[in-house]
Amino acid sequence: MDQSTSGTTTPRVRHRKRSSEVPAEAVKSNGVQLLVNDQNKYRSMWTRIQSSLWMVLGLACALYLGHLYIWAMVVVIQIFMARELFNLLRRANEDRRLPGFWLLDWHFFFTALLFVYGRILSQQLVYTGASDKLFYKLTSVFVKYQMVICYFLYIAGFVWFILSLKKKMYKYQFGQYAWTHMILIVVFTQSSFTVANIFEGLFWFLLPAALIAVNDVAAYFFGFFFGKTPLIKLSPKKTWEGFIGASVATVISAFLLANVLGRYQWLTCPRKGLTTGWLRCDPDPLFKPEIYSLQDWVPQWFPWKEFSVLRVQWHALCLGLFASIIAPFGGFFASGFKRAFKIKDFGDSIPGHGGITDRMDCQMVMAIFAYIYHQSFVVPQSYSVEMILDQILGNLNFEEQQALYMKLGQIFHERQWYIQE
Amino acid sequence: MQKDHNTGGPPGPTGRIRHRKRSSEVSFDASKENGGHLLVDDQNKYKSMWIRLYSSLWMIGGFALIIYMGHLYICAMIVIIQIFMAKELFNLLRKAHEDRRLPGFRLLNWHFFFTVMLFVYGRILSQRLVNTVTSDKFLYQLVSSFIKYHMVTCYFLYIAGFMWFILTLKKKMYKYQFGQYAWTHMILIVVFTQSSFTVANIFEGIFWFLLPASLIVINDIAAYIVGFFFGRTPLIKLSPKKTWEGFIGASIITMISAFMLANFMGRFQWLTCPRKDLSAGWLHCDPGPLFKPETMSLPGWVPPWLPWRDFSIFPVQWHALWLGLFASIIAPFGGFFASGFKRAFKIKDFGDSIPGHGGITDRMDCQMVMAVFAYIYHQSFVVPQSLSVEMILEQILTNLSFEEQQDLYVRLGQIFQERLYGLS
Repeated sequence: MDQSTSGTTTPRVRHRKRSSEVPAEAVKSNGVQLLVNDQNKYRSMWTRIQSSLWMVLGLACALYLGHLYIWAMVVVIQIFMARELFNLLRRANEDRRLPGFWLLDWHFFFTALLFVYGRILSQQLVYTGASDKLFYKLTSVFVKYQMVICYFLYIAGFVWFILSLKKKMYKYQFGQYAWTHMILIVVFTQSSFTVANIFEGLFWFLLPAALIAVNDVAAYFFGFFFGKTPLIKLSPKKTWEGFIGASVATVISAFLLANVLGRYQWLTCPRKGLTTGWLRCDPDPLFKPEIYSLQDWVPQWFPWKEFSVLRVQWHALCLGLFASIIAPFGGFFASGFKRAFKIKDFGDSIPGHGGITDRMDCQMVMAIFAYIYHQSFVVPQSYSVEMILDQILGNLNFEEQQALYMKLGQIFHERQWYIQE
Repeated sequence: MQKDHNTGGPPGPTGRIRHRKRSSEVSFDASKENGGHLLVDDQNKYKSMWIRLYSSLWMIGGFALIIYMGHLYICAMIVIIQIFMAKELFNLLRKAHEDRRLPGFRLLNWHFFFTVMLFVYGRILSQRLVNTVTSDKFLYQLVSSFIKYHMVTCYFLYIAGFMWFILTLKKKMYKYQFGQYAWTHMILIVVFTQSSFTVANIFEGIFWFLLPASLIVINDIAAYIVGFFFGRTPLIKLSPKKTWEGFIGASIITMISAFMLANFMGRFQWLTCPRKDLSAGWLHCDPGPLFKPETMSLPGWVPPWLPWRDFSIFPVQWHALWLGLFASIIAPFGGFFASGFKRAFKIKDFGDSIPGHGGITDRMDCQMVMAVFAYIYHQSFVVPQSLSVEMILEQILTNLSFEEQQDLYVRLGQIFQERLYGLS
């Protein structure tokens, strides 16, 4: 199943994400060659830096525009990533004999899109409050029957798949079906968690993403100057020195970045509802600075007597730790996958970096962790009776409030019954 | 993906037409080239039919016993079926040759199985677990902290498996290992989606588990019998023994029996009451408007000599009609999928646990599609759900402590009182 290999007969040592313009003689059989001594490294580094700058600029622009635009950006990235991955293991020969089979992939993509974002949309609609507009009514009907609609769309795709099974092509078709499911799971889990994070506050999207980028860049530079011992057979260009140096750099920058990012309300306020305007909110206790005094520790001449730490910086340390130690395994997985199926890059959309999936492989693991961390450790600390009471009174209409009250009463009643037994 | 020959006997020079779920003892000369042959004229049909009947009776007997014993035992039965199904499927595409060079790789499959089990059943049973242990303060603390950190625990277990997988990648085995990894994920998704929905249905009332399952069985048997006597036109190339006559006849029979079975089952509180905790005792509850009989009288144009003027119908019987429709039209596609899959990978049966039927997956293929539909139907049309109420309720129950929840309840009650007084 090769798609985009260069068809060389040299051993399987491929350089991670090397620009496709670099000629094949730069490939060495000994994987431990220091990058500093490579001839074409400067040209490839320049291409990489250029495309990196464009990506960072694009991201900054989207950030400035706001939550909804970032959501749109995530969806666009998803579509391109899915397209790359759908095309990856497709065989042109078989595909000619199955016209319209590729439509099935996009049908499932659309169904998954509707399901995943329908849930997020429904949560946001709760905050937007009731309104009489037709659009709102339509959306709330959709939200109510979302599960059924998505289920029937899926079943339609399932039936379509079965009816399109062609003799002698069964194995290929089943393989493609499984592959489609795996792609959609991978792409949509992480993007739905990313979008959920965005609505909790841009901080929780920006910080993890920045940490992955910092880790990548730091690992590259540490490996460039100090790299000697190879880290893992899967990625021969990675070294232990790069790994450890990058870990330290990432954890420190996590601590500092959280402080910088935590000062902007645009980044820290959660977005309730689908508006795009300016955000004002009561800053979460996480983002209130706490002063630590250094008076007893440092000599008199030291100019800083105290420093303020946002509570969120301690959380950022955990995020940084994960980003440096576990998230790189996403990259190893992608490398192993490319070796297994003998492909060089997932695509070639981004010059110097390969395809979009190449850029997003570590981000995906991180996005999921950031969401789960946020839901488990950050959110429960900020819950209080007041907050929930406000939510109930502000977001539910009278019948819903009564329904909630009755359900709560029922649950308590059952509990009391079991206590007495 | 690799091929595997699960049963004995060489693939004959005859075409690929295999008899659906034929007992492995039947010799291959019984395979016919022409798929349109009526089963009535088949030589060895009686022996295979007797074996199938025998094992079916045992399965039904065991099933009835478990239904009698209760919700927890049914869940246990489902979990056991799951484990066997996963074992069958894990073994299916494994290549013995490669497996010898990867010791301990099988453990990875079971690690992921355990992680998913913890995740899925943790979500479903969390509320009921809380209700069960409220009597003991220490256990309650343990259970609520488990629920609170449930997602993180499962996530870290998954990540541990993920890292383990990457660290065990061996040169020249990459493709096989990635294939196995993807296969494991697909199996776990298929097995756990349907079983988790089944368990969720059980706790809503055994009725919502028993009715869909029975409808699939009835559809299967009716299709077999109608095809036996009247089947002529083949239905689909994937399953050459299936006929249009069998399909349509079975649909009608399934819908009629759905209507009547719902009436019969709806009379038993054991089947219709939801189970709110993990106990095993007797159940009493208010059955709800769905299970209260409504009298309907026949319209005026029916001739007066007909003895029955009114008959009582449970509203749930109308829901049952929809379940019956789905069971007869869409659920068989689960069977077609399984047939296509077996052809694609050139296997005869998924396993051989059940004599006459093949493996457990062979029995469960249509059930799986039906279980998912039954749950989604129930959540969307039977139980009036309000997403926002559910969301906030979940927030309350998972994030506030016991005392805080009570506090919230009291204050909410006060606010309602004030509103009432304010209005008057």
